[in-house]
Amino acid sequence: MPFIYLIILLSLCTGFAQAEDSYRKVQIAEPYIELHTGPGRGYPVFHVIDRGEWIEIHKRRTDWFKLVSANGTTGWTHQEELEQTLNPEGKQTRFEAIDQDQFSQRKTEVGVLSGDMDGAQTMTLYGAYRFTRNLSTELSFMQAVGNYSDNLITNFNLLNQPFPDWRISPYLALGMGNIKTTPRATLVLSKDRSDLLAHVGIGAYGYISSRFALRAEYNRYVVFSSDDDNEDIKEWKLGLVTFF
Amino acid sequence: METRTGHLFLGLMLFIIASLMLGTARAESDTPMQVIKPSLKRDPVKQARIDTENFELGVYVGKLSIEDFGSSSVTGARLAYHFSEDFFAEASYGQATAGSTSFERLSGSVQLLTDAERELSYYNISFGFNVLPGEAFVGSGRAFHTALYLIAGTGSTEFAGDDRHTLNLGFGYRFIFNDWLAGHLDARDHIFDIDLLGSNKTSHNLEVSTGLTLFF
Repeated sequence: MPFIYLIILLSLCTGFAQAEDSYRKVQIAEPYIELHTGPGRGYPVFHVIDRGEWIEIHKRRTDWFKLVSANGTTGWTHQEELEQTLNPEGKQTRFEAIDQDQFSQRKTEVGVLSGDMDGAQTMTLYGAYRFTRNLSTELSFMQAVGNYSDNLITNFNLLNQPFPDWRISPYLALGMGNIKTTPRATLVLSKDRSDLLAHVGIGAYGYISSRFALRAEYNRYVVFSSDDDNEDIKEWKLGLVTFF
Repeated sequence: METRTGHLFLGLMLFIIASLMLGTARAESDTPMQVIKPSLKRDPVKQARIDTENFELGVYVGKLSIEDFGSSSVTGARLAYHFSEDFFAEASYGQATAGSTSFERLSGSVQLLTDAERELSYYNISFGFNVLPGEAFVGSGRAFHTALYLIAGTGSTEFAGDDRHTLNLGFGYRFIFNDWLAGHLDARDHIFDIDLLGSNKTSHNLEVSTGLTLFF
């Protein structure tokens, strides 16, 4: 197994070796900008670059940009300071700003949630595609670890978000899927099962900032078990969503 | 007389039309010979893409103390995404092989677990906070970016034939060698419930690891 990791690392390294040499050039339009020694607010300012000078942007790490000035000085500056710079056409530099508008117009999203399903702890991973601003489909995988069994639930869901523009946007969910139940190893005389299940749910997205939102959900499942009675399961979960 | 004038007029018309057509034909053939050609095409300014490096991918090796089963070597891989200069999310996967309990060793022949059940693997998703970002100085001419971070998360551990819901918490030290390479020292507690020895108990499994990551 360590060899696989090593190969992945090495193949990534070759990718780095072929990095591009051309960098974006911008001109300072404000009286000056400050260069920090590192990509963070606490790193000391050690240099300033005056209005009119051209700088190269080499890298971006979160909201910090690594710059090289005309005389070769290298340092880091915050996005706010670069927003007043001009590009070679003389226009103001625009950086991709991710805000709530982008969130309400997102096409795809992925997320992880953690919660509780009738006493069993759950971990969910899902991916979603939005057809319209209101309607989306998603595929989710959930592992529920309980005292007596371990369950893997695969679900196909349909979501309706009536108010996609709200910062806290509620939704209704309908879904169907499969639940695979593996009893605990310490229990005897029980075997694996696989059953169909369906659910209805209610939840909400809460936009945080940048590419992130919170998601909370409450679901009622019906497991069409091979026993005579259908099982009724309640589940709640909370997690983080990122979108593209 | 009238027909003659008519013919003349027609002839004149034909001549004019023909010469006009010829003229346009000549004018057309003249175009490529124009000496000064106004070039209004402007070269589009190509803006180079800014290399964004918010992901961190790497591997680690270390020691994992599996409660009741001694300490074992652990290897794993991690992928982190930095939201901001303060916060990041990390997904990791690790595996180790448990040793034997004191009871198994003292009794001689008793085996609590099969070899396959001794294989431990875990995955988790955690949130980290760079609580003490800073710089480390090596000699007088070199400074490296570092950060001490706190991290906690949730996941699952497969051990002794079952998946077990696992919480993890710990801290780590990130030492950034250059633009793309970082080293990590990590201490983590993996907490899960286990009912192997009769009653259900919460086990603490401490892990100390060191690793390398690449920013991309």
